[in-house]
Amino acid sequence: MVKIQRLEKKFGKNRVLSGVDLEISKSGIFSILGPNGSGKTTLIKSILGLVIPDNGSISVFGKNIIKGPAYRRHIDYLPQIANFPNNLKVKELVQMIKDLRGCRADDMHYVEYFKLTSFLNQSLGSLSGGTKQKVNIALCFMFDSPLLILDEPTTGLDPISLIRLKDLIKKAKSKGKTILITSHIMRFVEDVSDEIVFLLDGKVYFKGSISDLKSKTNQQDFEHAIATVFSENHV
Amino acid sequence: MFKILKYSFYDLARSSWTYVYFSFYFLLGVVLLFLNNDLDKAVITMMNVIIIIVPLIGTIFGVMYQYNAREFTELLLAQPLNRASIFLGQYFGVALSLSISLVVGLGIPFVFYGVFLSTVIWNFFLLLIAGIFLTFIFTAIAYNIALLNENRIKGFGYAILFWLFMAVMYDGLFLLSLIVFDEYPLDTLSLLGTILNPIDLSRIMILLKLDISALLGYTGALFKQFFGTPIGFFISLLSLTVWVILPTLRIVVISKRKDF
Repeated sequence: MVKIQRLEKKFGKNRVLSGVDLEISKSGIFSILGPNGSGKTTLIKSILGLVIPDNGSISVFGKNIIKGPAYRRHIDYLPQIANFPNNLKVKELVQMIKDLRGCRADDMHYVEYFKLTSFLNQSLGSLSGGTKQKVNIALCFMFDSPLLILDEPTTGLDPISLIRLKDLIKKAKSKGKTILITSHIMRFVEDVSDEIVFLLDGKVYFKGSISDLKSKTNQQDFEHAIATVFSENHV
Repeated sequence: MFKILKYSFYDLARSSWTYVYFSFYFLLGVVLLFLNNDLDKAVITMMNVIIIIVPLIGTIFGVMYQYNAREFTELLLAQPLNRASIFLGQYFGVALSLSISLVVGLGIPFVFYGVFLSTVIWNFFLLLIAGIFLTFIFTAIAYNIALLNENRIKGFGYAILFWLFMAVMYDGLFLLSLIVFDEYPLDTLSLLGTILNPIDLSRIMILLKLDISALLGYTGALFKQFFGTPIGFFISLLSLTVWVILPTLRIVVISKRKDF
C-alpha cells in the first residue's frame, strides 16, 4: 500500500530523514513514534507530497507519487493544526472540500457524530480550538478512502470526543483500511495501534507490534519500553 | 484553480478588511469630487493617491493572506490537486477581491458625479486599469516574498521594504543617478529605469493619456519624445503586463519545490 525506499530529507543543515525504508502492505493501525524532531511529521508529509524528498522514492498503491496528485484521492489526511479560512461557514468549508475532491462523502453522518450540526451556519473564525479540531476530523473521515493519515489527532479534544475518535479509528480498521497515526499520547497509541514504527535519527529503529517492543526492551508496560529506547539512545 | 479562486474570493468578500478598503476609496472619491468640483483635477489627485496606496494594500494583503492561510494550504495540498492551481487560485482570489473593492469604491462616487456624461471617462477608466495592474503586480510580488520566507516577521518586513523602495526611494535614487552621471547620455538608462518600476510606469501611462506635460517629469517627457503618445502608452501597458506575468510565473515555480 505504501512503500518507502531510502528516503532522505534535509532542511538546511538539519538532516531529518536519512534513509528511511518502510513498507506497509496490509491493513491495520500503524503508529509512527519517535522523539521530538525525529522526522515523524516529515515522513507523513512526504507520503502526502507536502514535503519534497531529496532522495529516495515513495509509492502509494503501487504508483510512484511523483507521477501526479491523483493518488491523493485515495488518502484522507488529518493535519496537526486545524486552521481554516475565518470567514467561511462550516457548511461552506465541508462543501468546498467535497467540491475539490469531486467524490461522494458522508459528511452529515460525521457532522452529527461530533455534534456539529448547530455550528454548520457559524463562521469558522468564531469556533473554539476543540470544535475546529472536530470539524477537522469530520472533514478527514467523511471520504471513504482506503488510507488514512492522522497527524496528532487527539490535539484539543475533550474526553468524549476522544472516545468517539477512537471508535472511528477502530471502525475504519474493521473496514479493512490502513491508518497511519503520529501521536505523543502513549496511552492512545497503546490503545489503538496494531503495530508501531519507531523513528530515531531519521531512520526506522523498530517496526513491529507493541508486545515485540516490550520483549525487546524487557519491560512490562509500553511507556517504560519507549522510555528505555529513548535512554539507550541518549535522547 | 477556479474552485480555489471561488472559495478564497468568498472568504475575502466577507472579510471586514475588504469593506474597510472599499470604504476608504468610496470616501476618497466622494471627498475629492465634491470638494474639488473638477473631474480632471480629481483624477490627477486620485492618481497620486492610487499609485502609492494600491501597491501598499496589495503588498500587505498578499503577505497576510498567504501567512494566514498557511495551515489551510497544507490541507489543500493533501487533496488531489495540482500545486500551481492552489497557489494561483489563492493569488487571483486576493488580487481580484482587492481590485473589485477599488473599482466599486471609486466607481460609485464617480458615476453619481456624472463621469459618464463627461469626456474624462477614459481618463477615469485608465486610472482604474492602472490600479488593477498595480494590485495584481504587488500582490504577486508579496506572494513570492511570503512563499520564500518561513519567518513571518521577516517576510512582512521584506515586503514593506520592497514597497517603500518602489514607491518612495526609487525616484530619489533615480534622480541622484541622473545628477551624478549628468555628462553621459542618459536617455536609454532613464527609459529602462522607468520600465523597471511599475509605479513609475503607471504614473507615466496616466499622464501620457491626460496629456499634462508639466507633470510628466524628465522620464515622462523622454517617453513621450521617444515613443510619441500612442506608442508610449502602448509600451507602458505592455511593460505592466510583463510585470504581472513574471511574478505570477514565479509563484508557480516556487510552489513546485516548496516544502510545507
